[in-house]
Amino acid sequence: MTNNKSGLSEIVKSVCCWIEGFIFLFGCYIVLFGHLTPGGGFAGGVIMAASFILIMLSFGKERTDKLFPRTRTTLVESFGALLFIAVAWLGIYYGGGFFANFLHQKFGGTPFTFLSGGTIPISNVAIALKVMAGLFLVFYVLSTHKVILDEDISKTEKDK
Amino acid sequence: MIYILCLILFFIGLYGIFCKKNLIKIVLGFIIMENAVNLFLILLGYKNNGIAPIMTKSMRLDEFLASSVDPLPQALVLTSIVIGLAVTALMVAVAIRIYERFGTFDITEIKRLKG
Amino acid sequence: MVHVIIYILILFMLLAALIALEAKNLLSSVVSIGAVGFMLSVVFLLLRAPDIAIIQVIIEILTLVILIRATIAVDVHLVKNIRQFFPFAICMVLLLLLFMFASKAMDLLPEFGNYLSKVAPHYLANGLKETGSANIVTSVILDYRAYDTLGEATVLFTAILGAVVLLRRKAKND
Repeated sequence: MTNNKSGLSEIVKSVCCWIEGFIFLFGCYIVLFGHLTPGGGFAGGVIMAASFILIMLSFGKERTDKLFPRTRTTLVESFGALLFIAVAWLGIYYGGGFFANFLHQKFGGTPFTFLSGGTIPISNVAIALKVMAGLFLVFYVLSTHKVILDEDISKTEKDK
Repeated sequence: MIYILCLILFFIGLYGIFCKKNLIKIVLGFIIMENAVNLFLILLGYKNNGIAPIMTKSMRLDEFLASSVDPLPQALVLTSIVIGLAVTALMVAVAIRIYERFGTFDITEIKRLKG
Repeated sequence: MVHVIIYILILFMLLAALIALEAKNLLSSVVSIGAVGFMLSVVFLLLRAPDIAIIQVIIEILTLVILIRATIAVDVHLVKNIRQFFPFAICMVLLLLLFMFASKAMDLLPEFGNYLSKVAPHYLANGLKETGSANIVTSVILDYRAYDTLGEATVLFTAILGAVVLLRRKAKND
């Protein structure tokens, strides 16, 4: 809010301030309850990425650099991939197969409650982190890339 | 009959890839083909007067078995849509790179400029 | 009733796809692609696939943002439509032949609205008991066919890596 020059107008910025948290919260809900209601890791991850993209479109590049810098994006993506593989490996030791749902086999849980899913919510969170970071990274790269023709670059190098 | 309409949508995308000279139009053709294939898979799994493959507490199992639509194509399409977005981003990146190199989106001109 | 609505929506999708490919202005053709995607998501909802309808809406928004970014960044907005007759005619003949063969293959498909794959009854009957997930689609993705998801995650990672590597500027200056 302090820097008025970057990004869109003041009205868009203040509306985004109100909305962006709710969009992120909706994404978290879609991810965590993916085994009971429509949704899941892929849909929730894309919604969370869309909330970050909204911040980037309305506030400009500097705000997102502070909130979600490039190094943290790659860290989150790698963490999601490793978590997904780790859950799969734990299935070998405790459940008898790669990707076995060992938590559900051991503890069960009453159907139609949050804890009934076993490893499914954990895998959903892993996939959501991966999809969110990946799509946000692609958007970041595409939008910060300035299109300069190669002829112009070679011309400026000759002038030097 | 409904499959034929889906096939026509696929062929419109194929026509875009074959006959259009602009790179962005070719990317749009790819997107149309992708949509047609996803639609075809979901159409294959539909059941008349069916319900979504999500159980609720009040539903009995035999009732659910008799009326639910096929969950398998839905599971396959769900992942393929996200992949489609990433592949579209990759194609757009390639198109932007080509534009920077040659200064145009027209593939015939690119061929001429290359040699 | 649902059938009729689906037919009408698919016809509109065909129309929007043709407009997208034939429009002279690149920005208007990108907007027409958005129309195709949003109508597709309504069709998914009518075909009882709420998971896919949710994801299709959001993915279509992101696709539009990316494509508009690509078209606005460049100076070319209008498409020159000079078309040589001979290659165009060959293309159309080939497409027609292919379409004839493919529509013959469509006759072998089961009738619309009556088909269930052979594994589907097992998933539907045992999904809740074996995985504890009420949403059978999620139980197929993350339990029965999780290998598939692992492969798709790898493809996603590779595509994103490709886009990031293509658009980096530093290495070129060396």
